Amino acid sequence: MADVTLMKTPAETALAQAFESAKTSLPGQTESRAQAFEQFTQRGLPHRRVEEFKYTDLRAMMREIAPFAGVPAADEVKAALAGAKALAGVEALQVPFVNGHFVRDAVDFHNLPENVEIVPLAEALADGHEWLARLSPVPWANDNPVYQLNTSFMADGVMIRIAGPVEAPVHLRFVTAASSAVATATRILVVVEEGASVTLLETHESTNGANHQPNDVIEMIAGDRTNVQHVRVNAEGDKALALSTLAAKIGGEALFNSINVVAGSATSRHQVFAILDGENTNLRVNGATMLKGTQHADSTLVVEHAAPHCESRELFKTVIDNEATGVFQGKIIVPHHAQKTDGRMMSAALLLEEGGSMNNKPELEIFADDVQCAHGATCGQLDEDLLFYLMARGLPKKEAESLLVQAFLGEALEFVENEAAREALVGTVEGWLKARS
Amino acid sequence: MPAVQETIDQVRLIDVDQYKYGFETEVEMEKSPRGLSEDVIRFISAKKGEPEWMLQWRLDAYKRWLTMKEPNWARVSYDKIDYNDIYYYAAPKKNPAPKSLDEVDPEILKTYEKLGIPLREQEILAGVEPQRRVAVDAVFDSVSVATTFKEELAKAGVIFMPISEAIREYPDLVKQYLGSVVPVTDNFFATLNSAVFTDGSFVYIPPGVRCPMELSTYFRINEKNTGQFERTLIIADKGSYVSYLEGCTAPKRDENQLHAAVVELVALDDAEIKYSTVQNWYPGDAEGRGGIYNFVTKRGDCRGKNSVITWTQVETGSAITWKYPSCILRGDGSRGEFYSIAVSNGMQQVDSGTKMIHLGKNTTSRIISKGIAAGRSENTYRGLVSAHRKATGARNFTNCDSLLIGNQCGAHTVPYIESKNATAVFEHEATTSKISEDQMFYCQQRGLSAEEATALIVNGFVKDVLQHLPMEFAVEAQKLISISLEGSVG
Repeated sequence: MADVTLMKTPAETALAQAFESAKTSLPGQTESRAQAFEQFTQRGLPHRRVEEFKYTDLRAMMREIAPFAGVPAADEVKAALAGAKALAGVEALQVPFVNGHFVRDAVDFHNLPENVEIVPLAEALADGHEWLARLSPVPWANDNPVYQLNTSFMADGVMIRIAGPVEAPVHLRFVTAASSAVATATRILVVVEEGASVTLLETHESTNGANHQPNDVIEMIAGDRTNVQHVRVNAEGDKALALSTLAAKIGGEALFNSINVVAGSATSRHQVFAILDGENTNLRVNGATMLKGTQHADSTLVVEHAAPHCESRELFKTVIDNEATGVFQGKIIVPHHAQKTDGRMMSAALLLEEGGSMNNKPELEIFADDVQCAHGATCGQLDEDLLFYLMARGLPKKEAESLLVQAFLGEALEFVENEAAREALVGTVEGWLKARS
Repeated sequence: MPAVQETIDQVRLIDVDQYKYGFETEVEMEKSPRGLSEDVIRFISAKKGEPEWMLQWRLDAYKRWLTMKEPNWARVSYDKIDYNDIYYYAAPKKNPAPKSLDEVDPEILKTYEKLGIPLREQEILAGVEPQRRVAVDAVFDSVSVATTFKEELAKAGVIFMPISEAIREYPDLVKQYLGSVVPVTDNFFATLNSAVFTDGSFVYIPPGVRCPMELSTYFRINEKNTGQFERTLIIADKGSYVSYLEGCTAPKRDENQLHAAVVELVALDDAEIKYSTVQNWYPGDAEGRGGIYNFVTKRGDCRGKNSVITWTQVETGSAITWKYPSCILRGDGSRGEFYSIAVSNGMQQVDSGTKMIHLGKNTTSRIISKGIAAGRSENTYRGLVSAHRKATGARNFTNCDSLLIGNQCGAHTVPYIESKNATAVFEHEATTSKISEDQMFYCQQRGLSAEEATALIVNGFVKDVLQHLPMEFAVEAQKLISISLEGSVG
């Protein structure tokens, strides 16, 4: 049989046109962008026959490509930031983005907190800043089509260097306020130097009713003995198709704790790619996903234990109401030399109503003989006995359900160290449950 | 913690250089022309004296196969197979269809003697101890050379015969069920098998009959440059029961030989099929030279309500294993079980697991899989559990452990768990105690640790089936099952 050349989908054609027209105006050298886009074009939008996208068929889900957002006007920025609510109550250094563009005026570069340095990415790209060499800390992320698209189109972002302990959290706030659909591509690099510690908040909000297409990448290089606490909230609008990637390389004796809370988007896929690059490091990646209607959320995780004696804990909780679909794909890789690895990956899903679906794929790839790797996956409905117990004590059914769902998701949230952020996340869960009843 | 010494010793006993069945039998063989073409398929069909519809079925499969691509998603790598460099049919020249054992080439009889397979009914009957009787269908390369206890089974109404005979004698049954579980177009290797299959066993258990003895087929590849393509079809009619055992070995050779079989099981209302395999094909040498490519499609269809299909497999052989014995749980209340232990040594590559597809209401499944990798082998568990919209009340419990011996090998787990029904409860080794709270409690109360209790219960499931294997290998199989997975990696 002759080899079949795949026809480009309209979306792929639109992406090619968008890249052609944007590549000269995007900041920095075009070479690496062109290379990334070339790699993307070779395989096109991933579809269900591509193993990593088996459950999230982007070729079917991305029928159209929204135009890339331009730099917003000052009053648009002001209105957008005034309306932003995600983790609003948490005291933090604000680093805002509107329509995918960094709001420089919102940051007082001369009075940044101790140990914090921020460089706008667009300028850095244009000037060829020395930190750019540290982008892409996870080499194999370059094979990922979502990441390739971000590399091709990244228009703005920041590079942050944390040189020592930082008290107040740094809040990367992304707001897309355009009333019609736009696409955005941002790239954040956070370099946490040896012995430093930081709490990073990352929130994503956008207007309802528009098919926004954000593609965000946050990359972190955490040195030895660092402590990084990362809280991400997806509160995108109800029509958004949100793609995001966290790529992290973590040194020895470090603590790295990341959670992604999904409460928005029509379709979302959050990818976590982590390399544990030094001994005795402790990684925790959690997820709490709340889905209703026909929402689709994918949590994809690949952890490479590149050094011995590391511990990783992954806990993903998904609550599925109505006809929504949840996806969890996790993979722990333990090479020959990573002895004494201790990895535990767990995905648990609650299907509240008939019609919902959950797809789990907790994968292990092990080459070392003296390791402990566990993986688990459960899915089912709320425990009848527990419901009965609560209802016997006078709680109406919905309330009893809410209580159980809160407890279920709470397990994933309890590792958030920052108290105010944790409280806010609990509030998000409560809000979601309230809207349900 | 690395593997315990006892386990290492036990795995060493079945290392690739310890292969005991690697001898060759000198028998004059008649072969089809080398390669694959419509003519070769006509040749095979004519050799088997098949009716026209069967030939047409094969030719259709062949046409379809020509348009298919070899799958490459499994975690195995091998040099490209030249499908035109294989003999698709090889049968002993002297009397390929013997009427009785006396007509069988003595060389072949010796072979089975050496392998420890009882082909003489009287020998078994004359045993001092009243032994458990087993009916054997012996398949030598492309043909069945002997089937024992046929008459006695016929008295009970059980049909047990080579499939080529069944095609002639029971065409209606074969027509009704052949390809109904594994469709002709299912996958590359199944389609190839449909085009060129040569022999295999056919079993039909009539309604309400409990098969009076265990049935077994022993597959032996002997001839050089051949592939073995057998086809097994087992039908358990309403309320019947059958236990079926399958064994396989091959000579030591530097070339790779292809074994692409299809096994179809059909269980109607309240029927139960236990299918056990001891797969001991030649695994190749320590450097990875030679060995069998075992690309097999096995699937059971729990078509009737409350039917049960149990797959048990002990896998120690083959250079490459690509096999996923599956259950389609169609009938309400049906149950599927999969117990597997796969040990890989040398340069072996195993990509194996199961699929439990829950379609009917209140269907249950259980998967217990143990993979042990030593040497420079790769051992992958790949499994699917899925509940469809209408599978209300479906339940699954999965437990897959793997153990590595040394750090030159790899163990991988690729489970897929898909639920489209809220009332379905799936647990993928979430907690070991979920096996059975009562059993666990009972064992722990008597002083066993949780781990010991789990091991005991898991081994209990499997032993039950394996302790009566009619092969010399049975002893080893039992040892394997009791292997401690203490220090398992995940």
